[in-house]
Amino acid sequence: MLELRNVNSGYGSIQALHDISFTINQGEIVTLIGANGAGKSTTLMTLCGDISIISGQIVFENEDISSLKPHEIMRKGIAISPEGRRVFPKLTVEENLMLGAYFTPEQEAAEMFEKVLELFPRLKERISQQGGTLSGGEQQMLAIGRALMAKPKLLLLDEPSLGLAPLIINLIFEVLADIRDQGTTVFLVEQNAHKALALADRGYVLENGRIVKEGRGKDLSSDPAVKEAYLGGH
Amino acid sequence: MKQNFQNAIIATVLSFVLLSLTIGGLIQVEGIETTVVARPWYVVIGCTIVFIIQLFRDQLVFVFKGFGNVLKTLVRAEQIAEHAIQLKGSDRFNPLFYLTVLICLSVYPFIVSDKLWIGMFIDIYIYILLALGLNIVVGYAGLLNLGYIAFYAVGAYTYGILNHFYDFSFWLALPLSGMTAALAGIILGFPVLRLRGDYLAIVTLGFGQVLVILLRNLGSITGGPDGIGSIDRPTMFGIEFSRRAKEGGVPFHEFFGLEYNSIIKDFFFYFLALALVIFTIYVISRLVKMPIGRSWEALREDETACKSLGINSTSVKLSAFAISSFFAGLAGCFFAAKQRHISPESFEFIESVIVLAIVVMGGMGSTIGIILAAIFVAVLKDYSQDLQEYRMLIFSLILIVMMIWRPRGLFPATRPFIKLQNRQKSQECGC
Ligand SMILES: Nc1ncnc2c1ncn2[C@@H]1O[C@H](COP(=O)(O)OP(=O)(O)O)[C@@H](O)[C@H]1O
Ligand SMILES: [Mg+2]
Repeated sequence: MLELRNVNSGYGSIQALHDISFTINQGEIVTLIGANGAGKSTTLMTLCGDISIISGQIVFENEDISSLKPHEIMRKGIAISPEGRRVFPKLTVEENLMLGAYFTPEQEAAEMFEKVLELFPRLKERISQQGGTLSGGEQQMLAIGRALMAKPKLLLLDEPSLGLAPLIINLIFEVLADIRDQGTTVFLVEQNAHKALALADRGYVLENGRIVKEGRGKDLSSDPAVKEAYLGGH
Repeated sequence: MKQNFQNAIIATVLSFVLLSLTIGGLIQVEGIETTVVARPWYVVIGCTIVFIIQLFRDQLVFVFKGFGNVLKTLVRAEQIAEHAIQLKGSDRFNPLFYLTVLICLSVYPFIVSDKLWIGMFIDIYIYILLALGLNIVVGYAGLLNLGYIAFYAVGAYTYGILNHFYDFSFWLALPLSGMTAALAGIILGFPVLRLRGDYLAIVTLGFGQVLVILLRNLGSITGGPDGIGSIDRPTMFGIEFSRRAKEGGVPFHEFFGLEYNSIIKDFFFYFLALALVIFTIYVISRLVKMPIGRSWEALREDETACKSLGINSTSVKLSAFAISSFFAGLAGCFFAAKQRHISPESFEFIESVIVLAIVVMGGMGSTIGIILAAIFVAVLKDYSQDLQEYRMLIFSLILIVMMIWRPRGLFPATRPFIKLQNRQKSQECGC
């Protein structure tokens, strides 16, 4: 569905990603784990066209999207819950969600709206509350819900667990599994390797802008090197 | 109290020194002689005021706060009332209220039947037009535009030039003025797309100044400092409002068999301005409920998030600039037709400040607030005519006080909520 081929990119003269290659297949949850500053957000921004690539290729559904602008890419069936959630603070939950459906036909938007509220009943309770007054977990739910409103084929998530209580993280990750089961492919970027690898079908490990390991989620979480670096030893 | 007394003494001593140096002496130049006339009373009065204010500081703050609370209660009551209307399901649109206002405004010119009083309301309507337009960029899209009056000038000069050189009629020039101003908005929009906040404000301010300089110096087209004169007044279905019509025409009073009275013309301008205001309110209220309006707000809230939703922030910004300038252009065209003479003087920076003051005071995004603020500011401007440059001081002061005291304006905007559920319900009922 999505393939990155030897992608190099960075900020100005600083190269942050080196020869990144990976594939995401239809119906999978794929995770990209890495420490702080490894280049996870940079990978997502490159994918979304927010940073132009130095060399390499990004192919989505047999189409080269390497040189497209963010707003073009985000209308091709890709949606993101960005780093730091970025909900619209003064707009209500409902308005936030509806902005996610900016390019979705009205009928489908109405269906998605019901679906999102089903996935996150918490949002239903807070439907006319301002986004900025929600708790961190609820904001994360809103960010995911808003992304889903575009009816994406591929959902990108940048550290959805950041700063959340374990209970909330479990809740959100359960919903991610539901989303996958309902047919949306999920690309999950995480620092919380333990939870991410437990959920994901496959995973990639990113270190200093390079992919150093890949494998099935279960295999990676039992890999001694990964255990040592990301799962606190043992 | 003792603390206050000490503070008051210190403040008074400081004021004494400062006041003696500033207003304590008046330098008079007579021929080659320069004398300093001492004005001890000025200093004494100044020091007394400082002393009293410092001494009763706490009490004064208390009074000030009390006043603020009263106002807050009033606003709260208004919000509750509005909420009640909403609950009744009339969608914030209370036809009876608007009808009453419309009737009052329609009979007003006939009741006062006085050029000056009608003229004042026409000025207010122009300010309302401008403020509603500026509110799109500043209030909805969150882009500070300090050169807004330039687009008003573009509208006015479009009609002036088209009429002077090519004999265009008002009605033909009106949409053209709007479109030319919108185009100017896009032209300004492009280079400032990457700027936000202070930087954007400075560039737009510069744009306004540059335009006035251009108007002054492009003598052959704009008439330079003298401007353009004898611009045609609008006609009503081809009927003119002057004493004698151009060859072949019949003036209004003859057509209806009335005595000639120049106030008929004022009535006409009054209703023309009112119609423009109603048109603008209607169009903008529709726009902000449409996706484009939501994207303006989303842009104001978080540009990065907008991009992540596939919204093209470039076109959103340009649309805000263009549409807001369009209304300034309409207002400018009307202004040129009403004045019949335009010159760069009418488009100085102070006018941008006044319109911005209206938007800020009115509570960014709130139509009713903007209308009330426009009335207040237009009246204030009228009465402060004698103060000349000091007017700038007054308007700056108002802006500062507003920012500290009521940063969301006197009448904070209650945003139109987009309710999907209602839409669904109405669809269900529809079948
Ligand atoms: N705007 C930027 N300009 C320059 N360098 C940046 C910028 N943003 C991130 N970087 C650098 O790129 C590298 C990867 O950062 P990032 O992708 O944010 O990491 P992660 O999301 O994995 O924590 C880091 O070394 C960081 O310092
Ligand atoms: Mg990151």
